[in-house]
Amino acid sequence: MITELGLFLAALALIASLAQAGFGLYGGHKGDARASAASAACAQVAAFGTVAALALLIAAFIRSDFSLAVVANNSHTDKPLLYKIAGAWGNHEGSMLLWCTVSAVFGALFASTPGKLAPSLWSRAIGVQGAVTAGALIYTLFLSSPFARLVPAPLQGASLNPLLQDPALAMHPPMLYLGYVGLSMPYSIAIAGLIEGKVDQAWARAARPWILIAWICLTIGIAAGSYWAYYELGWGGWWFWDPVENASFMPWLSACALLHSAVVTERRGSLAGWTILLAIIGFGFALLGTFLVRSGVLTSVHAFAVDPQRGYAVLTLFVLALGVGFGLYAWRAPQLSRPSGFVAFSREGALVLNNLGLSVACATVLIGTLYPLLAQAMGAGLISVGPPFFNLTFAPLMALTLIALPFGPLLAWRRGDMKAALHTLWLAGAGAAGAALGVLLLTTKGISTALGLALGAWLLIGSGAYLWRRIRQARGVALPLAVWAMSAAHLGLGVFVIGAVSETSFRQERSALMAPGDVVDFAGEKIKLAEVGSHRGPNYTAEFGRFESAGNVMTAERRFYPASQQTTSEVAIRPSLGGDLYIALGDRTKDAGTWTVRLYRNPLIELIYLGCAMMALGGGLALLRLARRRETAPAPEAAPAPRPATASL
Amino acid sequence: MSRRSRRLTIIGVAGALLALAASLVLAGLRDSIVYFYPPTELAAKAKPGQRVKIGGLVEAGSISHDSSGALLFKVTDNRTSTAVRYTGVVPDLFKETKGVIAEGVYQPGAVFEADSVLAKHDENYMPKEVVEALKKRGEWRPDAGPGAGKGPGS
Repeated sequence: MITELGLFLAALALIASLAQAGFGLYGGHKGDARASAASAACAQVAAFGTVAALALLIAAFIRSDFSLAVVANNSHTDKPLLYKIAGAWGNHEGSMLLWCTVSAVFGALFASTPGKLAPSLWSRAIGVQGAVTAGALIYTLFLSSPFARLVPAPLQGASLNPLLQDPALAMHPPMLYLGYVGLSMPYSIAIAGLIEGKVDQAWARAARPWILIAWICLTIGIAAGSYWAYYELGWGGWWFWDPVENASFMPWLSACALLHSAVVTERRGSLAGWTILLAIIGFGFALLGTFLVRSGVLTSVHAFAVDPQRGYAVLTLFVLALGVGFGLYAWRAPQLSRPSGFVAFSREGALVLNNLGLSVACATVLIGTLYPLLAQAMGAGLISVGPPFFNLTFAPLMALTLIALPFGPLLAWRRGDMKAALHTLWLAGAGAAGAALGVLLLTTKGISTALGLALGAWLLIGSGAYLWRRIRQARGVALPLAVWAMSAAHLGLGVFVIGAVSETSFRQERSALMAPGDVVDFAGEKIKLAEVGSHRGPNYTAEFGRFESAGNVMTAERRFYPASQQTTSEVAIRPSLGGDLYIALGDRTKDAGTWTVRLYRNPLIELIYLGCAMMALGGGLALLRLARRRETAPAPEAAPAPRPATASL
Repeated sequence: MSRRSRRLTIIGVAGALLALAASLVLAGLRDSIVYFYPPTELAAKAKPGQRVKIGGLVEAGSISHDSSGALLFKVTDNRTSTAVRYTGVVPDLFKETKGVIAEGVYQPGAVFEADSVLAKHDENYMPKEVVEALKKRGEWRPDAGPGAGKGPGS
């Protein structure tokens, strides 16, 4: 019964979102306020329908209703509650329903906060978002319905892949989806702006909060996924340039570029065409990500659905969304360009450089991700493009962009003072040189490590110098929130770069065969395998190894999940700033009573996640600022209040 | 700066960045891509010293450890099999008769020294490359199910 109700609610949401699309576009076109209001009401209904349908699906997972195919295939009665709930989106059908839900809820939120937006733009954006939701719902209901029955219902389910039974991964897909689908809102506003033929500062002001939300969620989602890979997969690494990782990284890069170009559009009215293009491309990457993950065309750890028909359907949505976007863009772009004066060394100049760098770097990731497909299609054999390619292409291009970063905040709009900026950054330059020399003189590492750490120091000290200068200039007056937001994000990036370079360059690893009582020397420590034993968990049996080192006891496990006949590693991690000690227990050798043990020391890896958290915090502060400004904003007709030139993110 | 010269500056910088990116990408695609071969094609197609991935199934009964603790096993496409040596912890789902991909430098006549081993991630998984290779050899049994998913080993 619950199932039928869920299906009914999802169908209701589909009808509502179709009506939302029709009313919204019509209301915007005719200037009919009643049609626009009807569209907003439909957006609420669609949001209600999808949220309720998702809640019913989660209820089916909690109750282990195996008459639902998706529950039977992905759940199990002895699974802990959290993973029963997470199981609802830990599979293809449920995750698509989540996609629709996020899209509908964002549409409803946008509809209920018209703010100062021109009514026609507001109405059209709701309409386009309705079309996006409807497209996703059609796909979900007709090609991958989570409410399909399984007859006869099995007594027990097949369980969720145990690798995915993890708190970080319970959070990873919803955050990533919030980010992916969050990019649909800037897309809808961009399409609405193109239909209007007017993309101005008010347009950018409407789009910015949604870009920020998407970017923050992508940042957290990607970091959570990376953290999961670090401690759950037992390979000691945190980023593998895996196609599906790339599929989430490309939307992040384009959202990051969009975030910055939208600031230029809002403050200066320029770059409007480029900002629109980025909004379309950003959503394109989000759909491409969905397509790559769902179609199984790429070999990857996360790609769990393999169904060409579904792949084609997502591809159709992708082509449709991009086709409409680019078509409208080609039609309207000539109207969008506006003359605006600025010189190369100015805030605008720095942000243009930021956008060029991010876009080109993103393009190399795209090429690296799709090249194996292309090569196979051209009959060039089966190949794979791995980390060496991305280290050679993405890393230097991104590094070039990051060198320019500390200048951006220090340069004023229109005409920046490069000399003053250089004067402020002397300490950062000295710090970078010191870091590089330190690496070359004190360690055995080469020039790339030296340059990487120098870049990290440059970013960190350079962004710190800017913040310090602002604090000094403010003379005790509270700094604008925007300065804190930008500084948190930029400092976070510096922290991230230091962590990433240190971990990659200074990681130590070794594997050993150990019997209980054996001691190995590793990274200046004596590590003893004290004992090996076994115990039972809620839905698994585990073999554990207890390791001792300098008075610390660490336990690494290998878990066997009978329901899915799978083994997973639970690595032992002793976090410390000098370097995480990371131990994974491997197989028992057949004959002797020894186990393969893999040991890693990962220096400063915490900085990677701290950096991501700081970037997300910066995004959150910027969002808070936009929300506050909305409350205190002048009436729609009033000209935007002049703000201090350096106060914007 | 006039509007025209500003445009030229932007186009110049963009052009330089694109040229740099294009040359890096071409260099990367020439040097750092890795070809995939099933054991039967390995000797014929791979050059000595070339970095390759080999893939197939882990041959039944072929897993053992040598005295230094390194793992020895054979990758088979049910025609030819290649002996592989690997030091380190294999992915959790590395099992006999299941799909596997090993990456390393090919040396003719020697045991294949793998520096990473990828295995399947769930019961239905077989590396896509392995499926393609087995299909080509006529050894493909769809009941094993073509999943997707790789475990990048380090």
